Amino acid sequence: MAADGVLAPSRSDVQSADAMRSPPVAVHNLSVAYGGVPALIDVTWTSPPSGLVAIVGPNGAGKSTLLKAMLGLVPAASGEALIHGEKIERQYGRVAYVPQRSSVDWDFPATALDVVAMGLYRRIGWLRPVRRADRERARGYLETVGLSDLADRQIGALSGGQQQRVFIARALAQESSLYLLDEPFAGVDATTERIMTNVFRKLRADGALVICVHHDLGSVPEIFDHVLLLNRHVIAAGPVVTDFTPALIAKTYGVPLEPLGQAKAAPDDV
Amino acid sequence: MSETSSQLLDVLLLQSGYNTTVVMLGAAALGIAAGAAGVFAMLRRRALVADALAHATLPGVAIGFIVAVLLGLPGRTLGFLLAGAAIAALLAALSIQAIRNHTRLPEDTAIASVLATFFALGIVLLSVIQTLRTGGQAGLDVYLLGATAGMLRHEAITLAILSIVIAAIISLLFKQLVLVAFDIEFAQTQGFPVRALDLAVIALVLAVVVIGLRIVGLVLIVALIVIPPAAARFWSNHAGPMTVISAAIGAVSAYVGAAISAVYPDVPTGAVIVLVAFAIFAVSVALGTARGLLPRYAGRHAWRERRP
Amino acid sequence: MTEFLQIDFPALICGTLAALVCALVGNFLVLTRQSMFGDAVGHVVFPGIVIAYLLAGTTAIWVMLAGAGTAALVTALLVEFLRRIAGVDPSTALGAVFTAMFALGVVLLEQSGLAGTSFDVHHILYGNVEAAIWPAATGPASLFNMDTLSQLPAQIGRLMIGLGLVTATILLLFKELRIVCFDPVFAATIGLRPKLVGAVITALAALAAVVSLEAVGVILVVAMMVCPPATARLLTDDLRMQVVISAVVAIASGILGYGVAAFLPSALGFDLSLGAAGTIAVVAGLFQLAAMLAGPKRRPARVA
Repeated sequence: MAADGVLAPSRSDVQSADAMRSPPVAVHNLSVAYGGVPALIDVTWTSPPSGLVAIVGPNGAGKSTLLKAMLGLVPAASGEALIHGEKIERQYGRVAYVPQRSSVDWDFPATALDVVAMGLYRRIGWLRPVRRADRERARGYLETVGLSDLADRQIGALSGGQQQRVFIARALAQESSLYLLDEPFAGVDATTERIMTNVFRKLRADGALVICVHHDLGSVPEIFDHVLLLNRHVIAAGPVVTDFTPALIAKTYGVPLEPLGQAKAAPDDV
Repeated sequence: MSETSSQLLDVLLLQSGYNTTVVMLGAAALGIAAGAAGVFAMLRRRALVADALAHATLPGVAIGFIVAVLLGLPGRTLGFLLAGAAIAALLAALSIQAIRNHTRLPEDTAIASVLATFFALGIVLLSVIQTLRTGGQAGLDVYLLGATAGMLRHEAITLAILSIVIAAIISLLFKQLVLVAFDIEFAQTQGFPVRALDLAVIALVLAVVVIGLRIVGLVLIVALIVIPPAAARFWSNHAGPMTVISAAIGAVSAYVGAAISAVYPDVPTGAVIVLVAFAIFAVSVALGTARGLLPRYAGRHAWRERRP
Repeated sequence: MTEFLQIDFPALICGTLAALVCALVGNFLVLTRQSMFGDAVGHVVFPGIVIAYLLAGTTAIWVMLAGAGTAALVTALLVEFLRRIAGVDPSTALGAVFTAMFALGVVLLEQSGLAGTSFDVHHILYGNVEAAIWPAATGPASLFNMDTLSQLPAQIGRLMIGLGLVTATILLLFKELRIVCFDPVFAATIGLRPKLVGAVITALAALAAVVSLEAVGVILVVAMMVCPPATARLLTDDLRMQVVISAVVAIASGILGYGVAAFLPSALGFDLSLGAAGTIAVVAGLFQLAAMLAGPKRRPARVA
């Protein structure tokens, strides 16, 4: 019943030499369409080996779609996305994914600890129950995001920021070297923002790659070191210092923007 | 009154004959399977689909009867009826899927129209059977609202074994089923076969529906899938304990309902079981320790308003 | 001819009227994603009718309406209570309440000795269109004779009243119904009260269920509330047109379905009888199937 792929641990894995040399994420000529409407057109991008990357662009630019295409959650019309040089199907479980919070049923019978433990399910494997040691491990990740006090709280009874931190902890539980997050900073409180930023910096120091769909232009330079400017096509990609320029941002959003200092957020719908 | 209540007590305590005892235990096993499978039907929002599949079994039951008669067997041969029911329910599930994927009709319309059309076809076939004059057509009525009266021992044992198999499958796949119900995209990124697991939920529900036809009946079996988990949700915020509680509530409802209907054989078993389950549900809404109204208003538990 | 008038004519009228009244209301249930609500309404008015009959001892339409209305109201209040105060998922709440209500109706029926009357649980489930007969008819002249017309089955009168009320309400409130089905938020901003209009839809559904239930049973009620409007929905984007098409499909289902039940077996040389309520619903389902196969394909869904 248990396929090796499912039981295999993640970072400690002996990966193939090829996989080790390949960039964590490489997207080649990727196009995605929903019902005939193109969401991504001929996107090609190679991630840095590690660091913090923001995917930035206006509403409807295909940011979440790109993330989901990397994860194999939406089918590519053409082109492909490779994870460590391989198809995502061979890398499932080695990618830690944090979906948008709105995609979850908050009435679900699960506590904060239950949700974090879900990050361990793959390693626990088929047919085996979650044991005390697994729960203790999950508790450790909750502590990392400052929520050990709320471990037994039903997830719907947490604040928005706390919920986000629970999902970050679930991703940490996967002990991956690649993290994909869909708008992790949307609508969270200052404490959560600070804790998440610290967690990301720690991951970067450990050599991990963290890719976030991000909405708030103003905080990009402060949190991230790489940026991918997207508006269905790739507008620009590279280090924040060289590619997060007012000119390129204006090109991405299709409108001239205020000088960066005052630009707090992206304009809605362009 | 005291005579019937002592009679009821005898039945409840399994003191009223081997046959009744077997049937009661069979009902309890069915309740366990329904309560456990129901948790996932509820969490995956499949309760209405379960109702449609249950009603859609009627033409299958009727065709199973006709086939059995044509083969010279007694029309009520359980295997034929249940096989027919399972095939009909499967066709209904595929029809709902096809309508949802290939037409502009919304899912609820797909479910309702499949439910009604299949059931209507079943009614037509039943009216045909009624004029076949083979005798035993009255036996088909029990598949609508259920009955424990006249149930054979080996039938009850078969249903009990199937129920236990369902419960065992759920406990083995529990972790994955919870993950798919909570966050299907995350489950997929973990490499779990989410489509297969999602189909497994439907298959488990379908199995419970088919097995439950004889005791609860196809009109009300959905209640034994919906009500126990809804009640259990008031007692626990964890999926694991909630599933155990739901299975227990299903078992108690089916057991007590079957006992009452053993004492009042005129009343369809399914209706009694549903009323018992609803009574437990009402108590759970009021007193449930996780989110019941009284504990909540007494302020012993933190509980936040649902998001809009 | 006389035999047709005495036996087939009243049943045909009953089945067709029931199909029509349910289909008209069904349009608005389908558009507001309440198709399964039709199912629930059919189930919950049953105990209401039984209790009303037990209390009042008559099947007069106002008694049945009062009972059914009370049952529908109790259901609506219970579901709202479970949703808003107890925090139960709406479809779960509906599922729990309507099965329990139906179970209550079944138990009351068996305990009250009503079993075997036109409220027999099997008739409620299967329908019994054939019970409508018109022994007073003696020939075509009876159709124009007030005296014999007044001896048509009482169900036909109830169905006519129901149809009149439903049609009048839809005509009067067509504009409001359209806007509330399409965009309840906008409706609220221009001063319409979507909740009130929603309640009107619910009330019409309950009314249609009550007047149809006795003749055609719960399942034909659901089939007629869903299949003709769904058929129409597949063929047109215009609400006015949709209501008209659904009415035509309902009438055609009633006539064809009854025709199949009454005449097909003997025409094929079988000595069988088919339940007309079932055949009418199956014909409606086949209309929907035909529309699905022939109608325009699903339009591409926009995903953000």
